Amino acid sequence: MQLRRPGIANPTAFLPAANAVAKLGAALIVMLVAFLSRDPVTPAILLAGVGLAMTLTGLRVADLVRLVGPLLVAAAILGVLNALLTGTPVGSSPGAVVDRATIGLALGLRVAAIALAGSLALATIDPADLASGLIGHLHVPDRLAIGALASLRLVPILVTEWRTIGLARRARGVDAGRNPVAALRLALGALVTLLVSAIRRASRLALAMDARGFDGRTKRTMARPPRMRLADWLLLAASGALGVAAIAISMALGRWAFIFG
Amino acid sequence: MGHAPPAIEAVSWGWRHGGRSTWAVRHLDLVVQPGERVLLLGRSGSGKSTLLAGLAGLFDERGGGESEGQLRVFGEAPATSRSRSGLVLQDPEAQLVMSRAGDDVAFGLENRGVPTDDIWPRVRAALDAVGWAYGPNRPTDQLSGGEQQRLALAGVLALEPDLLLLDEPTANLDPEGAGLVREALARVLDHRATTLVLVEHRVAEWLHLVTRVVVLAAGGGILLDGPPSEVFVGHDELFARHGIWTPDHRGKRPARPLLAPQPESLIVTEQLSAQPPLADRPLFARLDLVVRSAEALAIVGPNGSGKSTLAHLLGGLHRPQAGQVSASEALAPGHAGSSVWQWPARRLVTRIGSVFQDPEHQFLTGRVADELALGPMRGGLPEAEARRRALELAERLHLDAVWEANPFTLSGGEQRRLSVATALATAPRALILDEPTFGQDRRTWDEMLSLLAGLADSGRGVVLATHDRALVEALADRTLHLPLGA
Amino acid sequence: MRWRTIDIVVTAALGVAFGVVFWAWGLVFSAVGAGTFAPPLYILSGVWLIPAVLAPLIVRLPGAGLLAEFMAAAVSALLGSAWGLDTLASGLMQGAGAELVFALGLYRRWTLPVALLAGAGAAIGEWFHDMAFYFAGFAFTIQLAYGAWMLVSGVIIAGLGSWYLLRMLRPTGVLAAFPSGRSGPEPAS
Repeated sequence: MQLRRPGIANPTAFLPAANAVAKLGAALIVMLVAFLSRDPVTPAILLAGVGLAMTLTGLRVADLVRLVGPLLVAAAILGVLNALLTGTPVGSSPGAVVDRATIGLALGLRVAAIALAGSLALATIDPADLASGLIGHLHVPDRLAIGALASLRLVPILVTEWRTIGLARRARGVDAGRNPVAALRLALGALVTLLVSAIRRASRLALAMDARGFDGRTKRTMARPPRMRLADWLLLAASGALGVAAIAISMALGRWAFIFG
Repeated sequence: MGHAPPAIEAVSWGWRHGGRSTWAVRHLDLVVQPGERVLLLGRSGSGKSTLLAGLAGLFDERGGGESEGQLRVFGEAPATSRSRSGLVLQDPEAQLVMSRAGDDVAFGLENRGVPTDDIWPRVRAALDAVGWAYGPNRPTDQLSGGEQQRLALAGVLALEPDLLLLDEPTANLDPEGAGLVREALARVLDHRATTLVLVEHRVAEWLHLVTRVVVLAAGGGILLDGPPSEVFVGHDELFARHGIWTPDHRGKRPARPLLAPQPESLIVTEQLSAQPPLADRPLFARLDLVVRSAEALAIVGPNGSGKSTLAHLLGGLHRPQAGQVSASEALAPGHAGSSVWQWPARRLVTRIGSVFQDPEHQFLTGRVADELALGPMRGGLPEAEARRRALELAERLHLDAVWEANPFTLSGGEQRRLSVATALATAPRALILDEPTFGQDRRTWDEMLSLLAGLADSGRGVVLATHDRALVEALADRTLHLPLGA
Repeated sequence: MRWRTIDIVVTAALGVAFGVVFWAWGLVFSAVGAGTFAPPLYILSGVWLIPAVLAPLIVRLPGAGLLAEFMAAAVSALLGSAWGLDTLASGLMQGAGAELVFALGLYRRWTLPVALLAGAGAAIGEWFHDMAFYFAGFAFTIQLAYGAWMLVSGVIIAGLGSWYLLRMLRPTGVLAAFPSGRSGPEPAS
């Protein structure tokens, strides 16, 4: 698995350049509408819309495939599982089988729509921009958002440490071989060592942040205050329109079904 | 002097951290005038970091600590004058908060409530002041250690402090990185008359920047205080006794025994290559190297040049991308020519000992006693014998005082000795150490030097991956420079 | 009960560390993960819930479970979960489940039984999420079967497991800045 998210090949493409909170909101709207539906038509339309949005991500095709491929496979598997394990309708008459298959299709598409919208958002949102967006637009407490953002810096460090810890254990003469109990103890020991390292580093980082005035009483300002431009509002509006259209078309075709009940 | 209060005034000051019974600093009387540049020396444990943190206003008695005496920065309590001081710490990774360089410098300004429009000009000015070569959007995790420390310095400078506090800023850096930081600091001091308090172990390269040297005594008080030209003259024995570096201290390898064992080859590499996944050039290619007994081989180069990779490969810890690392008959009777990477860990640990840069990565148990006995038992020794050997090693390496302690609670020097001891416990013939003298004071450094020299003289093969030039000069019989071209 | 900087950063870092471990242990859902949807394999699901229980045990502040679990989910998502933002929703619901239990104890009880209950709470949060998002079509009896496995796993791995992790962390001295770390030995310099 890759360590990094795919790099944005074209950072000036529409989605990467858009406001982080707007992207989050747009994705959440699609995810919510998909979540609430139980029929195949609604998520299919949502997927079509989100599929179009894939062209705006500024990602290379190869990266997009790597991002979207596993998701679609997983959604397909889930669709099949749901079709097989659904309680009703019972029986092996063609009608019942088709009904069950439709349920599977609907739920598979639903998961795909939720996951795809979420993945595109994740791939095009920069965590620092999201933090300032949450603070600026949604009034999330700034110390919380920045503290959490700072901890993300530990990710590449901890990944390297995990590998080193594994090598170090081999150097001490400890390897699991085929014994599952030994493997478990090894894994647990490595986990504790990594946690110790993470807590130490976090403590030092917190000290450094306080040394630079983080815990002061002064109200923080922002170096990059987030802005909502017209294009960002349009993105939100387009997402809302897509959601409404999906439900409307589904109702018009008589296929709309609410997830609960 | 004039009416301006001293930059620092300590009157019988002491501090005890919460949860500890010993005082970190005690009975400190010190006056520093504005514009002075002080080099603060002292053995590990003499309270240098505590003093700096106290000056930066980071201590708060609500956390359980206790102070005595008085400490004033520009005439006020440190917590009140916090906005006038800036602290740079030792570990560059632990100080950088944001993932883009400019954002990180802006972090401090944001905390102080500086209006948005004023932030970026000050960020640019601070970056210029340290000689920053990249733009403000440079990702911080792509920077070398030296560049990260320069960035940390810029972050502190953006707040225009009157008192600069630097706590071993180059301890974690290779010589190139340390040079970058010194250069940046020199530029800053050329332009502004900031008061400076600098803690560093290796003093020679910093002497031209400071006007005064203060030496703290462990347990309290000040040993020496004066201009560099006076402090270092005629006090060599005092410094040696207290384990403090002097500018001209060169480690010396103890004399070799008259009957030195003949070197035999232990580990042989053939056509060994390594190239990181995203690099366009290999770190080394088609390398043929022999690790011999009774010899100290140094692998040198800046951070990122492949020293650790080569050390891990020689230690049989992971598979080579290309080429082979095999053992000789002398190293592993009956397994000559086999690839060390494929050995089970039990065999590896009795033949080749690997000591990692961060000792904590190798700790497996909750007691020093168990750490030392673990390796021998894994290697097949019965428990009673393993414990006996563990005790011997602990005495030899002065770890008997912490026999029952949890390894994670040991001091840096003790941890390092413990990690070497655990590697030695299984009596391997080859020993590979990654940065064994990282950030150490003189006493631990001298001990490490004589320990390693003794190991080589007694017939082991010692491999050091290090950027510590003094160690290499004192100890190495052969040196390999990385990176090697293709 | 004010959150100091160190409380925020350490809580978040705990989540981050677990996110890395989930990735390293292959527990992050990619296409391969989709194959592990069978109920008995959910017996390992408690592993994902550890941050939600361990962080509050260490830091002893309201919201710690939510924050740590959210960060673990965020890092899982960033390192390669196929589900994207949905992973974050999952994390929030798991964290909320544990948080509810600690809240019922008024954030003053940090004992083993509370940890076990919090593990159960997190498992229930996870159950709600997975049934609503992934397995909405399953027969209710099958959903309950999943729930049973998840509950047992949550109590044992997340509840008891977190308790043991805390006991292993304390003697290292690394928790000295937190009330939960006070009963260990004194660390050196």
